[in-house]
Amino acid sequence: MKAHLTRRYMFSSSHRLHANDMPDDWNRDTYGKCNNPHGHGHNYHLEVTVSGPVDVATGMVCNLVDLDSYVREHVIDRYDIQNLNALPEFADEVPTTENLCIEVFEILQRSIRRAHLEKVRLEETMMNSFEYAGGAEPRH
Amino acid sequence: MVYLTRKAEFSASHYYHNPALSPEENQRLFGKCNNSNGHGHNYTLEVTVRGKVDPRSGFVVDLKQLKDIMHREVLDALDHRFLNKEIPEFSKLIPTTENLAITIWQRLAPKLNAAELHRVRVYETPDLFVDVYGEEA
Repeated sequence: MKAHLTRRYMFSSSHRLHANDMPDDWNRDTYGKCNNPHGHGHNYHLEVTVSGPVDVATGMVCNLVDLDSYVREHVIDRYDIQNLNALPEFADEVPTTENLCIEVFEILQRSIRRAHLEKVRLEETMMNSFEYAGGAEPRH
Repeated sequence: MVYLTRKAEFSASHYYHNPALSPEENQRLFGKCNNSNGHGHNYTLEVTVRGKVDPRSGFVVDLKQLKDIMHREVLDALDHRFLNKEIPEFSKLIPTTENLAITIWQRLAPKLNAAELHRVRVYETPDLFVDVYGEEA
C-alpha cells in the first residue's frame, strides 16, 4: 500500500507585493497593505509531502534524514531570514505565496528521486495556505 | 458525498531495527531510533470516512459506532503498548509511521460497513504525519 509522508518546517521571510511593470496605483489597488514600500514579514510553515511504496528494509517511503537535510539546505537556508524580493527568482516575479509555493515545489522536484514529490503546502499565516502539486490535483 | 473525520490519540513506544541487517547498518539507517530500549510518542490518529448523508438520520456514519470501532480495533490495542513487542503486525514489520498507518487501515477497513474508509492519517509528532488511502490505482 502506498503511503504519503508529510514533514513540516518553518522559515521567516519578508516580502513586498509589487508588480514592477504596473503603475503604482494599480499596485496599491491590487495588493493593498501588502504593497507597503518597506515590506513586511511572515513565519511561513512549509509542508512537504512525498509518496510511494514503503521500502521493506526500512519501513519508510524515503529517508527522513536525507529529506530534512535537502529541505534545510535548498529551501530553509535559502529563504529563512531573507527578503524574498531581493532573491533572483523574484526579480521579475511578485513574491506572493502562490509563486513561492511553486518555486519551493520546483526546487524539491530537482532532487527528490527515491519517492514521488506529491505536493508542497505553504501557510503564510494561520488563515492563509497554498498548495501546489506540480499541475496535478493535490490529494486530500 | 460528505467526508467525516474523527480524531483520537494514543501513546506507544517503538524502535526501528531490521534483523536482516548488521548492527552498523541498522545504526546508519535508523540512528537514535535504533535504540532497542525503545522510545515513545503521543500519536494522533485521524480517520476519514466518506459516504452519502442518510436522509433519515442526517449522518454519513453513526459517530458512536465509528468511535467504538476505532477503540476496539486500534486504540485499545495500541495505547500504552510497546509496538515491536506487543502488536502482532510488528513482529515482522518495522513500526514506522508509514507501517503504522497501513496497519491501522488494514484493521479498520474490513470493520466499517456503513461508510467507506477514505483516509487514515497518523501524526507521530506535529511535524511528521503519514496518510494512506488504501490500494491506490
